[in-house]
Amino acid sequence: MKLIWTYLKAYKKESVLAPLFKMLEAMFELFVPLVVAQIIDRGIGQQETGYIMKMCMLLVGLAIVGLASSITAQYFAAKAAVGCVTGLRHHLFAHIQTLTFSDMDTVGTSTLITRMTSDINQIQNGVNLVLRLFLRSPIIVFGAMIMAFTIDIRAALIFVVTIPVLAIVIFGIILGTRPMYRNVQAGLDKVLEITRQNLTGVRVIRAFNKQDAEVKSFKTANESLNRMQKFVGKISGLMNPLTYIIINVAIIVLLWTGAVQVDTGKLTQGQVIALYNYMSQILIELIKLANFVIAVTKMLACANRVETIFAIQPDMTEGNISYEEAEQSSPSLEEPYAVEFRHVGLRYKGAGEESLSDISFAVKKGQTVGIIGGTGSGKSSLVHLIPRFYDATSGDVLIYGKNVKDFTRKSLRQRVGIVMQKALLFQGSIRENMQWGKKDANDAEIMEALRISQAKEFVDKKDGHLDSYVDQGGKNLSGGQRQRLTIARAVVKQPDILILDDSASALDYATDAALRKSIREMKNSPTVFIVSQRAASLMYADQIIVLDDGVVSGIGTHDELLAQCEVYQEIYYSQFPKKEVANA
Amino acid sequence: MRNLKKTTKNAANSGTVRKVLIRIRKYWIYLIASIIMAAITVASSLYVPILVGRIIDQIVGPGKVQFTQVTAYLIQMGVVIGITAFSQWIMNICNNKITYQVTRDIRDEAIEKIETLPLKYIDSHSYGELVSRVIADVDQFADGLLMGFTQFFSGVLTILGTLIFMVSIDARITLVVVCITPLSLFVASFIAKHTYEMFHKQSEARGEQTAIIDEMIGGQKVVQAYAYEDEAMEKFDIINEKLQKYSLKAIFYSSITNPATRFVNSIVYAGVAVAGAFSAIHGGITVGQLSSFLSYANQYTKPFNEISGVITELQNAIACAARVFELIEEESEVPDKAEAKVIEQMDGTVDLSHVYFSYVPEQKLIEDFNLSVQKGQRVAIVGPTGCGKTTMINLLMRFYDANQGEIAMSKVPIQDMTRASLRAGIGMVLQETWLKAGTIRENIIMGKPDATDEEIIEAAKASHAHGFIKRLSNGYDTVIGEDGGNLSQGQKQLLCITRVMLCKPPMLILDEATSSIDTRTELKVQNAFAKLMEGRTSFIVAHRLSTIQSADIILVMKDGHIIEQGNHESLLAQKGFYYTLYQSQYAHV
Repeated sequence: MKLIWTYLKAYKKESVLAPLFKMLEAMFELFVPLVVAQIIDRGIGQQETGYIMKMCMLLVGLAIVGLASSITAQYFAAKAAVGCVTGLRHHLFAHIQTLTFSDMDTVGTSTLITRMTSDINQIQNGVNLVLRLFLRSPIIVFGAMIMAFTIDIRAALIFVVTIPVLAIVIFGIILGTRPMYRNVQAGLDKVLEITRQNLTGVRVIRAFNKQDAEVKSFKTANESLNRMQKFVGKISGLMNPLTYIIINVAIIVLLWTGAVQVDTGKLTQGQVIALYNYMSQILIELIKLANFVIAVTKMLACANRVETIFAIQPDMTEGNISYEEAEQSSPSLEEPYAVEFRHVGLRYKGAGEESLSDISFAVKKGQTVGIIGGTGSGKSSLVHLIPRFYDATSGDVLIYGKNVKDFTRKSLRQRVGIVMQKALLFQGSIRENMQWGKKDANDAEIMEALRISQAKEFVDKKDGHLDSYVDQGGKNLSGGQRQRLTIARAVVKQPDILILDDSASALDYATDAALRKSIREMKNSPTVFIVSQRAASLMYADQIIVLDDGVVSGIGTHDELLAQCEVYQEIYYSQFPKKEVANA
Repeated sequence: MRNLKKTTKNAANSGTVRKVLIRIRKYWIYLIASIIMAAITVASSLYVPILVGRIIDQIVGPGKVQFTQVTAYLIQMGVVIGITAFSQWIMNICNNKITYQVTRDIRDEAIEKIETLPLKYIDSHSYGELVSRVIADVDQFADGLLMGFTQFFSGVLTILGTLIFMVSIDARITLVVVCITPLSLFVASFIAKHTYEMFHKQSEARGEQTAIIDEMIGGQKVVQAYAYEDEAMEKFDIINEKLQKYSLKAIFYSSITNPATRFVNSIVYAGVAVAGAFSAIHGGITVGQLSSFLSYANQYTKPFNEISGVITELQNAIACAARVFELIEEESEVPDKAEAKVIEQMDGTVDLSHVYFSYVPEQKLIEDFNLSVQKGQRVAIVGPTGCGKTTMINLLMRFYDANQGEIAMSKVPIQDMTRASLRAGIGMVLQETWLKAGTIRENIIMGKPDATDEEIIEAAKASHAHGFIKRLSNGYDTVIGEDGGNLSQGQKQLLCITRVMLCKPPMLILDEATSSIDTRTELKVQNAFAKLMEGRTSFIVAHRLSTIQSADIILVMKDGHIIEQGNHESLLAQKGFYYTLYQSQYAHV
């Protein structure tokens, strides 16, 4: 609620005017039965045709003023609702941008996307509806009652009883069936899941001859959905008949009371008609009000969900050293090391065990480091600590002798180029994708990067070359092409540290080798980390770190490791069977 | 031309409507009850204002109230109200029943169809689209049907009934109402036409924005790795502002509809008041009758608006139903022949003679292919990624039928045996692991529902899956979500192997997965595979050199064609495609 208010404040004028004009409209509507009563009592009763004409012009006038104020109100309400939500969306997007990798892991991308889209749209609908109805409906309902009081107190008491009874029935049924509708939704989800499963698993299901069993389980779920639907339908189907009875019984009582009052001269015929009209007006507005309450609760639920995202505070503090300072202040090429890990441990949020423990190694500027190990051994986790995607939970990660936590994140990430496992490109031209690395990169720089990443050949073949279009996620390119482009994107930056996180897995051996060669020959000779499952890809590295279950089981050159490290031997020989190695 | 299009569309619509009616026919009693109840509801609820008018005429002024008459009318009114409420309730129940039974029946039909659809159809449609036909379209259809029943029919009756009642009181005033009402429809449709464009623009902008959100948040790790946050924000804001502009217009224009129709209604009301009042002065109608008229005028435009709403809803419902029926009426795969044999125990021989196959006629894939596999032999299928290795699996499992030629197992052509017995004889492990939502145990026993715990554990141990299953929170009873939930790719693979391990089929089709499992786990999987293959005829989509080298027959595929066939040595000697492939993939850099 507070959240919505924060963004609605920018539209104070609109948020006040919208309900006010809506209220005006309601008030004009309330006058109508009184005018009709006058027409009957005075116009017809005293046969004043001029008066009848006058009153009818008044009716038309009320209608016109009502229309004008209503349209004004709708405009302000729409403006406030849309504006409020636009601001909210901007800030939510900005906030999400500040979340760290571990925040993203806990919250999940799809959740964030729903918050940004459907939840915020719901809020927009809700705000719009609130501004329009929160004064109108109560004013019609209670206004009708108050008008009744101005006509006759005894008749008005009937309103006092009828309104709460109606409210209980309407709200009771609508709010009472909501959890049931949620069950229906859950039932529908189950049916959906089974349907999906039957399509995604069609080969396996047929291979195991499971079609009949699947149809049976679908029918069971479908039948239980059907039962729930019919049950809810029966209850909500009570709404119309019940409210109809209540309102009409009230009218019967009203007419009887009216008859008595007219007989004693306390009321006129026209006034009884006015009372009858007021009673009729209440029902429609109460149903609107109940739906309005539902929309509001829905909106509040959405707002709460959005609020929980705002409540996530990024779990990283910002440093203040720029990367260049550290780079320049380092006294010699040898000391301090370009990258050094001192007893580093990493435990992901919510995880029971450490994913990395007690990792120590040091890398000189310009060296190439290979990292190898099985799935889940912590290879990616290790390199993610260098650009500070995650903070080490124990020990220190140092670049040029300075803790990574002391760098400004922006400068750190500008100088560390990482190519991630999942080769992700963005909608736009190849050039635009390359300029992610360096905003003002010119074509020559880009072509050089493409050459290094072995992507030049296929880009040259494309119509439009650098201008050829990349679909969302790079779907119109093959896996290998995507990988090479993401490598080029990192190379364009001319990074001081270049990390390739298993990012050449779709390349064949020859291309992979050519890639490694051209990276070694890069002019600014970056410090390079290569993560791979293939021993062939990092055999020639200056040092290889072998990881096993988050622990270093060996560091050294290929020959040293092959002689001493058991895990390395196992990996190596599983890829190069001994017999063949001997042959080669 | 345009007319022609329209008539064919109408024909298609009426075809769909007929199909819907056929499915409703089963519930005809409810349908008739619903119609009768609707008629009663409308008639009795329209009678109430008349009674009220009569009562009002009895309460003219002080001392002139006819209490006996008033009482009599009030009692009548009570009875009529009771009848209305009751018939309305019955009508609601009938409508619910028809709608939900029909949608249930349609969904049941749909799933039965899905089980018999040819793979060709499923492979060429996105899952999401098919699922949305069974779920969203049927739901939309149900909404439309329910609304159509409850509102369309009673709406039409109400309009007719109101007209009759009004004419019976005073024809001239009725004329006033009838003349002004179309204005309401005109205004509503005028606004709707103009809002449509705005909504269209809004949804375009929304789509654009969702795409950006999807991209930037989905790829946030890359965004942060490149310190691209500011640029992303800029891009987002441009679209955000565009959306603001269109949303404002769309919402505003559409929200004019209600006030505008309400305005027209007020004009009708004023018109009736004038005409009625003058008529009353000249003794044409009584005050009570005027009051009845005013209530009618108040209600009269409502069904018009409702009906125009219902008509769009119904059109939508029919479109949805048409999509569902399209699925239901899709041709099933050729059923098993009546005299198809059930082969209890396959002997493990496979013979392909003169087999021709292609997915689309224009692109020939397999032509005049011959192969004879003895019991226990291993056939490796190799080739670069995307060369169509799964085509062989599709043919052997009879997911697709060969266009020409014969595939025989145990010397029986596979068309002459039941699909069930063919597939029971072959164990299949695909690269894309598929697990169903349920427990680990349920997943393992898919091929052998009556397996004992000992058998399950034995199979799991043989495939090296027992270790990790034991460590899960509930062991074999751990519930996994749709498609494996939080199991790793390697673990899912091991489960799929266990599933086959349990059935011990005489033949195997394996897709060697290398990308998802690390080399050491893979070694375990290889051992499991080796154990599984002992004495069994196996077809392996192979990636590993050792598998290929030890195969009895190697099929080399490229661009969907089988281009070479032989064993490792003979193929190397040929110095053909296999030779180059071997050099590029397996010779070391």
